[in-house]
Amino acid sequence: MRFMLLVIPAGYADATPDAMPSDDDLARMMKFNQEMADAGILLALDGLHPPAAGTRVTFSGGKPTVTDGPFAEVKEFLGGFWMIQVRSRDEAIAWASRCPMADGDVVEVRQVHEMEEFGQDAQEAMKDLDLPGAGSAP
Amino acid sequence: MTPGAQAAYRAVEAVWRIESARLIAGLARRVGGDLGLAEDLAQDALVAALERWPESGVPRNPGAWLMAVAKRRAVDGFRRDSTREGKHEELAREREAEAAGAEADLLTSLDDPVGDDLLRLVFTACHPVLAPEARVALTLRLVGGLTTEEIARAFLVPVATLAQRIVRAKRTLAEARVPFEVPRGPELTERLPAVLAVVYLVFNEGYAASAGEGWIRPALCEDAQRLGRILARLVPEQPEVHGLVALMEIQASRLRARVGTAGEPILLEDQDRARWDRLLVRRGLAALARAEDLSRTQGGALGPYALQAAIAACHARARRAADTDWARIAALYDALLQLDPTPVVALNRAMAVGMAFGPGAGLELVDTLADEPALNAYPYLPVLRGDLLCKVGRTGEAKAEFLRGAALTRNLRERALWVARAEAL
Repeated sequence: MRFMLLVIPAGYADATPDAMPSDDDLARMMKFNQEMADAGILLALDGLHPPAAGTRVTFSGGKPTVTDGPFAEVKEFLGGFWMIQVRSRDEAIAWASRCPMADGDVVEVRQVHEMEEFGQDAQEAMKDLDLPGAGSAP
Repeated sequence: MTPGAQAAYRAVEAVWRIESARLIAGLARRVGGDLGLAEDLAQDALVAALERWPESGVPRNPGAWLMAVAKRRAVDGFRRDSTREGKHEELAREREAEAAGAEADLLTSLDDPVGDDLLRLVFTACHPVLAPEARVALTLRLVGGLTTEEIARAFLVPVATLAQRIVRAKRTLAEARVPFEVPRGPELTERLPAVLAVVYLVFNEGYAASAGEGWIRPALCEDAQRLGRILARLVPEQPEVHGLVALMEIQASRLRARVGTAGEPILLEDQDRARWDRLLVRRGLAALARAEDLSRTQGGALGPYALQAAIAACHARARRAADTDWARIAALYDALLQLDPTPVVALNRAMAVGMAFGPGAGLELVDTLADEPALNAYPYLPVLRGDLLCKVGRTGEAKAEFLRGAALTRNLRERALWVARAEAL
């Protein structure tokens, strides 16, 4: 089973557009990444630039509106994710509990959909996307 | 059990999954390589956790907590049993340090790299003194953190049989006085294939279930992938470890495309490639590149797993079945046959040659294997021959071959597939 561990850092809404994690934070993260890799469960990970450097496209009346960050009205922002492969939801939660987070940070545990959960029509429609089987092959 | 207690119990179980291998490995080294004792001590710690954690919550460093409890039990145990004293000197020293108020130091020491202990555990569980099935059971149990029940279910054997197998395996290791160590230098290279074989055996049992109704058991594949990735972190300089990981990731990328809605198997050429798991393909290709780089820098040729991964990669890179580079696959099978001159590899090479250079060329090779005793009861020989015969228009003979394959397989899904192919002719 695959889960996303979604990191929602406290105060990320107020981070400056060019904010970078501190060396200490990075070192802690790297250690945790290595733990998950050593356990053979880490499939992918990525971190995101602060929302202040982002753009939101909101929809109303069938029209998109483009707004650049920061977004004062939004409190929780995604900071990054891990994709892990584990045997149960409980194991995913156990890993989330080990994340080296600061007070107020949140790690959201969400299961990744399997193709089989969608109806036959949706599965057929996937074919039309013509996604390459090889992904971004080196 | 109340729902709250159940949740707490499951949380402890999940931590056990994560910690058990390192815990057992660390304990095994401290008690002189006695896997049975190490496992008992780890189980004691688990029981203590089940008693304590539901109320106290999971501690900040659960691995260190479990290790501290297990060591305490060990010392208490061998104080009662003085004959074991010598064996536990190191533990006694650590216990004394702990008693002297040096707990903080001890906990720090537990943070030391445990990779070596884990690797010792892997090599011991996969020791050649054990029968292959015993290696598999012991590895899944001790390194994979699976319960005896889970392993029994995965391999469709009674729990009692599997439990016996594990008990006997541990006894065999003890009687043979197998040292709890990582082989060094050339011996490591020599013994690594046995370890990789155990992991690949687990994967294959999941990928093409050899018996029973299910065609695949994905959870078992995931267990094997996980073991392979752990190994790749433990011996990163070994190209074949990355070759094996690459092979498993690429093969697993097709799992969901291999089974139809009614549970029937779908052959590679008929699979909907949009359903291949691109994340796993990408990981597999990266691991293969790693294996190739390492082989190159170490001045060696690709090993059997890397070659098989390279073959799997040819399929993964083809957007449509018709785009497959069969000539390259045939060449890779040539190389594989040099390393692993078995009839099964020869048969696969014949298939690739048939695809690359025409069914006639393939048929010629297959016919040289017809009298191979090792392939006597191998269902894929008649099925491949049937396939090639079909393509050259000898449908009568093809039909007989498909039925022969159907009669030989123990997998019910495969049997249905081949009977259907025969009937369609």
